[in-house]
Amino acid sequence: MATPKAIILKEHGTNCELESKYAFEKAGGKADIIHMEDLIRNKSKLFDYQILMFPGGFSYGDDIGSGMAWANRIRNNLRDELQRFTEDDHLVLGVCNGFQVMANLGLLPALNSHQNQQVALTYNDSARYIDTWIDLKVDSYTPWLKDISRLSLPIAHVEGKFYADNKTLMRLNEKGMIALRYFEGEIFDYHNGKEPSNPNGSLENIAGITDETGRILGMMPHPERAIEFTQLPHWRSLGRKYKELDIKSPNIGPSLKIFQNGVDYFE
Amino acid sequence: MPHRIEIKSKIPDARAEVRKKDIKDMGISGINTVNIVDVYTTGKDFNDEELSSISSMFTQQVVYKAAVDSYLAPDKFDWAVEIGFLPGVKDNAGDTAQESIETLLKTPNNSQQAYSSQVTYLSGNLSRANAETIANNLANGLIESIHIKSYDEFMQDKGMGITVPTVKLDTLPKADIVDIINTSDAELEIIGKQGIVNEDGSRRGPLALRPSYMKAIQSYFIEKGRNPFDIELESIAQTWSEHCKHTIFADPIDELEEGLFNAYIRKATQEIRKKKGTKDFCVSVFTDNAGIIKFDENYNIVFKAETHNSPSALDPFGGAITGIVGVNRDIIGGGKGAKPIINISGPFCNGNPEEEIILYKGKNKTQKMLSSKRLLEGIIDGVQVGGNCSGIPTSHFRLIFDEKYRGKPLVYVGTGGIMPAEINNKPSHLKKAEPGDYIVMVGGKVGKDGIHGATFSSEGMDEGSPVTAVQIGDPITQKKECDMLMEARDLDLYSSITDNGAGGLSCSAAEMAKESGGCEVQLDNVPLKYPGLAPWETLISESQERMTLAVPKHKWQQFSELATRRKVEATIIGEFTDSGKCIVNYNNQTIMDIDMHFLHDGLPKEQLTTIYTQHFHKEPNIPSLDDLTETFHSMLSRHNIASHEFISNQYDHEVQGGSVLKPLQGKGKVCSSATITKPLLNSNKGVVISQGINPSYSDIDTYHMAACAIDTAIRNAVTAGADLEQLAILDNFCWCSSDEPERLGQLKAAARACYDYATAYGTPFISGKDSMFNDFKGYDKDGNPIKISIPPTLLITAIGIIDDIRKSVSLDTQKAGDLVYVLGDTLDFESSGSEYYAMHGEKESKEKPIGNNVPTVDAENNFKLYSAYSTCVKKGLIASAQSVEIGGLAIALAKTAMGGNLGMDISLETISGTINYDDLTLFSETQGRILATVSPENKEGFEKSMQGNSFSQIGIMKEDTSFNIKGLYNQSIINTTIDSMLESYKSTFRGY
Repeated sequence: MATPKAIILKEHGTNCELESKYAFEKAGGKADIIHMEDLIRNKSKLFDYQILMFPGGFSYGDDIGSGMAWANRIRNNLRDELQRFTEDDHLVLGVCNGFQVMANLGLLPALNSHQNQQVALTYNDSARYIDTWIDLKVDSYTPWLKDISRLSLPIAHVEGKFYADNKTLMRLNEKGMIALRYFEGEIFDYHNGKEPSNPNGSLENIAGITDETGRILGMMPHPERAIEFTQLPHWRSLGRKYKELDIKSPNIGPSLKIFQNGVDYFE
Repeated sequence: MPHRIEIKSKIPDARAEVRKKDIKDMGISGINTVNIVDVYTTGKDFNDEELSSISSMFTQQVVYKAAVDSYLAPDKFDWAVEIGFLPGVKDNAGDTAQESIETLLKTPNNSQQAYSSQVTYLSGNLSRANAETIANNLANGLIESIHIKSYDEFMQDKGMGITVPTVKLDTLPKADIVDIINTSDAELEIIGKQGIVNEDGSRRGPLALRPSYMKAIQSYFIEKGRNPFDIELESIAQTWSEHCKHTIFADPIDELEEGLFNAYIRKATQEIRKKKGTKDFCVSVFTDNAGIIKFDENYNIVFKAETHNSPSALDPFGGAITGIVGVNRDIIGGGKGAKPIINISGPFCNGNPEEEIILYKGKNKTQKMLSSKRLLEGIIDGVQVGGNCSGIPTSHFRLIFDEKYRGKPLVYVGTGGIMPAEINNKPSHLKKAEPGDYIVMVGGKVGKDGIHGATFSSEGMDEGSPVTAVQIGDPITQKKECDMLMEARDLDLYSSITDNGAGGLSCSAAEMAKESGGCEVQLDNVPLKYPGLAPWETLISESQERMTLAVPKHKWQQFSELATRRKVEATIIGEFTDSGKCIVNYNNQTIMDIDMHFLHDGLPKEQLTTIYTQHFHKEPNIPSLDDLTETFHSMLSRHNIASHEFISNQYDHEVQGGSVLKPLQGKGKVCSSATITKPLLNSNKGVVISQGINPSYSDIDTYHMAACAIDTAIRNAVTAGADLEQLAILDNFCWCSSDEPERLGQLKAAARACYDYATAYGTPFISGKDSMFNDFKGYDKDGNPIKISIPPTLLITAIGIIDDIRKSVSLDTQKAGDLVYVLGDTLDFESSGSEYYAMHGEKESKEKPIGNNVPTVDAENNFKLYSAYSTCVKKGLIASAQSVEIGGLAIALAKTAMGGNLGMDISLETISGTINYDDLTLFSETQGRILATVSPENKEGFEKSMQGNSFSQIGIMKEDTSFNIKGLYNQSIINTTIDSMLESYKSTFRGY
């Protein structure tokens, strides 16, 4: 089969496209960064791809709410195409600002197939931007997280607190749509338990959710920033441990697997 | 009819909670609850259906609700405070709102501007004065408007009312002729100092043209047989400004006819490059917006460090964001254009945030200065938004506090970029505007932003406010532009590029015109934010996000199409020529016609003279203590030393995926002295960035101050793993009263040290920037005149290459049993100006006893030691390393231990150097030292590689977390634990 292809959307203010492309390609896929404007002019181009990614960044500066202006642009220009794309056996990944856009579009969680706003990513409890590493455990099945049970990734956002009403939370739990939760793992232990495990105050420690099929994943943490071993905050200390155990340090980071899963789904 | 859309959180609002805490911090304890409502106002009339879809577009319905043309106030409140932007001030959220409305209603470019504002509802036991204090703290009166209503007023008015802050100008834009031909020398001097006279007798603000410059301009126009237009004088003033021509560094000084820059800075680089021969890695130095060095065979690194001090003192947020977004443009316009990959934040130099020193800019206690804390917070916030929204990883280095920065804080920011060495088979660092190329302005429209003292009037409540002189950068607009320009660069669509910074178009176009030999600008074509700008204002405005390009005529169509597709404004505003003249036309009239030669080289040189006086300073009284544990903890919690991780935590230092050594390191998240970034994801080559700055030595000796700054920057980079052979430095001089021979004497000494030490280390200067008059002239708390000058401050930034980032060295120790070494001698008789002396001295008198012996730098010795250390790094023999900096050995030991969360047993008994006192051995800031830990298995290899250098093993890492130091006579002097050290280190800025 031909190499699976990912389209990474670029919008004014997004800023994680290049490392996302690198991740897909390191995972064996092919990825193109396509500007929203160019896709709107040639909408059918979307169907050249099997994987769609909404990358992180500050689309429109988060000026009228994070991911609101970008969601508005998609809703007004690409609604039908996106609908068709997700109905097919395709994969969609949204990271950080990309996750916010998916939530605002109603692409996630799309409970009962209703594409309205059902969940929100709102201000961190500190109301501040936070860049730090956290631990995640995988809580439900999605092709994206196949064979992963836990991993550590960085978060970098000011509006990353997951919020939904009780009814929605219950349904997400029931239907196994909560893909990722913050928990006290390797990084938490590394910092001696002195750093919060859920720094933004997300409800039920939710860091990422899927739609009902599991093919659409949105997550606040940045998997494209943990592709290499040296991106880890404690890579030197880990390297020393590996050396003492006479094990070669890995060359890759923990989340390359996510991109490999995405690519492998189509192989 | 204008409309107002209000949006309020349906769930507990984290912003409101934080704001309540901030209000309590203002000393207003009566506050009970805070509610925040976001507001969008539009001047255009919409029908109900349109309004309904607009409001739902603005509202994430899970967490927010909206109201159109009514209000969302809480049921009970005491005061409502609305803060919006003043007319003409850049309103980013308003702009996005407008664009979103256009997308939604599919009515591109024909709706009126939308505006953003925010209402804070306050309840509690609060007086109107309380509400005013809160409002004044939340808003900056220079750029923002404030409306306050009590509950009763609010109810009576049925809300806050709708205010559309449109700009209305009543002056007729035209170019005026200024009589200087028949003017007395005295009047010339006044014009130079205070500016051109308006019709109403007021003056337009300083031209900052010295009397000799005014005379040169007079002679030039006498020869031309005419008086200049105002725009000509204003343009010359911009081009000849200290900011652009760096006259203090360029003018002859004492015996140095070629001036300080040529004699010391440029000369050092020339000699180093010559000596390096084929190993020279400089690509372009001093000629461009930024310095350019070689990264590998295929890529170059572009780097620039900047300060943005004066604007930040007025509006810290706007000043800082404009600073960082502005230095990014230097990179985007460096060579043919580089992609920014690294943002450096800091040092920020401020007054003590815990100590309220009240200052006024105006007589009779008017124009109160913002508090040090407020300034610091605004600066941090500005860099946060600028760096994060630009998608450039931002690392913060230092915070420096001294009451001498109270009147004029310093904001240092820097940017590194990467570009292919060749683009379309042409070297990317070369650019040349050709005669016939279009002058193209890209990125934004021109308003009155950044024009000295311009005011204008309009109607209504808010509308009457003066347009601000402060610019606010918009990182998102610039990101769009940067991305588009990188596409255009790779398509070879332009022949030259530079940014619009100080002096606006007058400087950028005139600067590029040097490449072609002239230019002709059609000023009517320049897109304006609002009508009514005078021609001179259009030319010198510092409206942000703009670049000036030279686009060949046959490439314009393709360029223009690309810009349109990427929603980037691009306009032809003239043509580059080879006429030898800089010409500006406006309204069918030539209003500027100046020879290029005069514009760029017509300024007369002035002989500068200096005096250098060695002042005697008292020595502090230092108590002799047997136990230094408490002293050690006090040092760790000093503002100049304590953890500022709250800043790094707010900066995205990992975007772009290249972060290797982060600004916070180890288990204890300790602030690092160097960062390493991998600019190319598929290569293991890295860029090392570090800094050196020692302003506390300046009052004693600026020569050694500069030497220490250079040594510290180099040492910090080498410690992390930078290759000494591929290390360049940048200078940022922030001086004070640079018209005084004493201050010039201090400057000359520092510049001489720059030459001596750059050449000794073989580290070329590749770029620099100066800011020479950092003096506050105003009034103290009683209204008495006061002048506060900053200490002469030199920031040295080091940028180096590491061939394999997997060899880089972090500060955190990793394992019990590892051996602790100090590399280099410790000298305890040179502790003057140190943080330890400051701690003791500040308890004494007003005249701070700082001592007289600052550290000196033995470059030859250090170079040898650093080289040996580098060999160890390459062999992988170093477990962890921390350069010994402010606070001395004790602080380096603490950082290492806290980084690894491992205790230490240390003895000073074996330490090499000249030492007599335990405390001075611990806290002396002797240069040239690195603290390293080495695993026992590497002991032999390490010691062998270090042979011929002074180094000593002083201890061992422990299994537990107790931290013990024994003194020179093996007696116990410090006994503590990592946890209590972390507490001291981190408590100072907790809550910031």
